[in-house]
Amino acid sequence: MGYAWNWSVLLSATPSGETTFLGWLLAGLQWTLGLSLAAWLVALIIGTLFGVLRTVPNRWLRGVATTYVEIFRNVPLLVQLFIWYFVLPELLPSTWGSAIKQSDPLMQQFIAAWLCLFCFTGARVCEQVRGGIESLPGGQRNAALALGLTLPQTYRQVLLPMAFRIIVPPLTSEFLNIFKNSAVASTIGLIELSRQAQQLVDYTAQPYEAFIAVTLLYALINVVVMLAMRWVEATTRFPGFVGGR
Amino acid sequence: MIVYDKVSKWYGSFQVLTECSTQVRRGEVVVICGPSGSGKSTLIKCANGLEPFQAGEITVDGISVGAPGTNLPKLRSRIGMVFQHFELFPHLSIMANLTIAQVKVLGRRPDEAAEKGLQLLDRVGLRALADKHPGQLSGGQQQRVAIARALAMDPICMLFDEPTSALDPEMINEVLDVMVELAREGMTMMCVSHEMGFARKVAHRVIFMDQGRIVEDAPTEEFFGAPRSERAQQFLSKILRH
Amino acid sequence: MYEFDWSSIPGALPILAKGMSVTLELTLTAIAVGIVWGALLAMARLSGKPWLSWPAATYVNVFRAIPLVMVILWFYLIVPALLQQLLHVQASTDIRMASALVAFSLFESAYYAEIIRAGIQSVPKGQVAAAQALGMPYAQVMRWVVLPQALRNMTPLLLTQAIILFQDTSLVYVIGLADFFGAAYKVGDRDGRLVELLLFAGLIYFVICYAVSWLVKNLQRKSVA
Ligand SMILES: Nc1ncnc2c1ncn2[C@@H]1O[C@H](COP(=O)(O)OP(=O)(O)OP(=O)(O)O)[C@@H](O)[C@H]1O
Ligand SMILES: [Mg+2]
Repeated sequence: MGYAWNWSVLLSATPSGETTFLGWLLAGLQWTLGLSLAAWLVALIIGTLFGVLRTVPNRWLRGVATTYVEIFRNVPLLVQLFIWYFVLPELLPSTWGSAIKQSDPLMQQFIAAWLCLFCFTGARVCEQVRGGIESLPGGQRNAALALGLTLPQTYRQVLLPMAFRIIVPPLTSEFLNIFKNSAVASTIGLIELSRQAQQLVDYTAQPYEAFIAVTLLYALINVVVMLAMRWVEATTRFPGFVGGR
Repeated sequence: MIVYDKVSKWYGSFQVLTECSTQVRRGEVVVICGPSGSGKSTLIKCANGLEPFQAGEITVDGISVGAPGTNLPKLRSRIGMVFQHFELFPHLSIMANLTIAQVKVLGRRPDEAAEKGLQLLDRVGLRALADKHPGQLSGGQQQRVAIARALAMDPICMLFDEPTSALDPEMINEVLDVMVELAREGMTMMCVSHEMGFARKVAHRVIFMDQGRIVEDAPTEEFFGAPRSERAQQFLSKILRH
Repeated sequence: MYEFDWSSIPGALPILAKGMSVTLELTLTAIAVGIVWGALLAMARLSGKPWLSWPAATYVNVFRAIPLVMVILWFYLIVPALLQQLLHVQASTDIRMASALVAFSLFESAYYAEIIRAGIQSVPKGQVAAAQALGMPYAQVMRWVVLPQALRNMTPLLLTQAIILFQDTSLVYVIGLADFFGAAYKVGDRDGRLVELLLFAGLIYFVICYAVSWLVKNLQRKSVA
């Protein structure tokens, strides 16, 4: 096709001279990993919390959790991100707002992207947790209650341990999604992996090398996450368990 | 021990229980039978508050189940219950199934609880399986463990909801044997069951339900000898023909 | 406290409507191409012939590994070159829409392929055996027994994916295409009313997606009953 391949470009120095283009990519990778992992941690916590709330007997608590899920599921990720980044500082009391605007821009971008990703992913985790709990035979809850366990104990000791084992596969794909979704942070200027790839193209005019390299890095993340989740699945398996759906 | 006083319950506009009144005295064994959907499970689940009811009153050992101030977990910990589908906790070993509520609810020490658990496993003849998980046991074994789990709480009475109806025929007797022994020891028992042989052998009274009502509530010999209601006669003839 | 001023929205409605038509065009095209191409990929993966299943699996896994933002950008970069070479289109024509259509169609096919594959696999093997026992050849087994059941099983997922796709089209923002979100952003930026327009855009997306998923849920309930 008349395209001049030049893989050595990855190892040549950047205009600032401090590092190579590959170094840029790796720096971007760090932001992608940091952002995604930080958001995943919180998403798991609030997803579990709201997922439990969606299955409790109290109608008001269920309503709160449903509202959360519907809002964050039905607005595009990009719109959510822009609202966190551009709208939130305006709506806060003006002293807070200006404090935010004067803070380090990188911090602003990171925090907006982090809030956005964990709220968005939390809603998805919530639905998985709810699905997991609902897929358990109804008798399990009754059996635990009949033994005198309180409702929180029933969730903690009986329902959640089983639900989590069942939902490892769908949780794995949510975990993978959060890395991919973190790429939207490039639209507000956070220099994560995919943004670095764009820079590379701009500076080197070698789009294929840049994109192949980045694709490989994302694929690497995928492989590591899948191995990690497989390990989780294996270590939490118990005899007689027929896993997954 | 367990007193039902005009208990009624609705699912929306559908009435599942209509003014059910009966009582189970200390040491008494009562078997409940009736066609599918007649409300047997619902009736028995009301006794430990697993199902709420809208009218009437149930007291267990003098404590009102439906009263708003009742500490349900505490009450339930004193009432043993055995389910149709065993409902052992699949992620826990057999021993952990037996000890979890002893530790978490009664606050027993883990070693104390384990000792009690072993004792009861011995009693149902399954000591060797303590370290297995429920998925590795046959249905009959699981149900015996479930009975042991309920007994580990030192209950004042036991509720059984069709404990043998999910079992293969050859396993039914191993579970019934445990129940018969329990009945002979004087445990207060309320059993939903269609095992009429079991009822004849140990029940003091038989209750027959139809369409949410207690249609017949009679001493065992009387029930099998000359059931008063036509529905009960039909039901019995259908069951006993097999 | 921030003072809202919604006055720039009424005048911008024609622009926003035009944006929405771009959004819908992208969504519907990607659904149509995605399902057809996705079904072919799914069957290739299930064919049991390595020379078919391997390329299909690679295609699906690569697209599912990379972020959509990158795919959109990448196609924006390579599609012009391809068009120039293949069709001799002038480099100066606006190819943003064309590249977005291609990117979304190819990207979504990977996701649809997985949904369709899972749908086919969800039909119990006993069903195939029973149909074969009745003397049906493979094509009939597929046509009359497997696919109807698979379709019923996967319809909710196909529709859910369509809603996700509808939301994801907002990402064409990165190549400056004025879809609904792009139009809203541009108007907000122009009038200095970004806050109002972003909230407005979010609300519209919410209403549409909520309504559609509600419909899907009800249709499902009706078809089950
Ligand atoms: N959650 C529910 N919502 C609405 N109706 C219910 C619910 N649970 C049970 N029912 C209805 O209440 C009636 C009584 O149910 P119950 O389970 O007590 O019957 P049963 O006598 O135990 O029957 P079986 O022998 O089949 O176990 C049935 O007609 C059933 O359809
Ligand atoms: Mg029942």
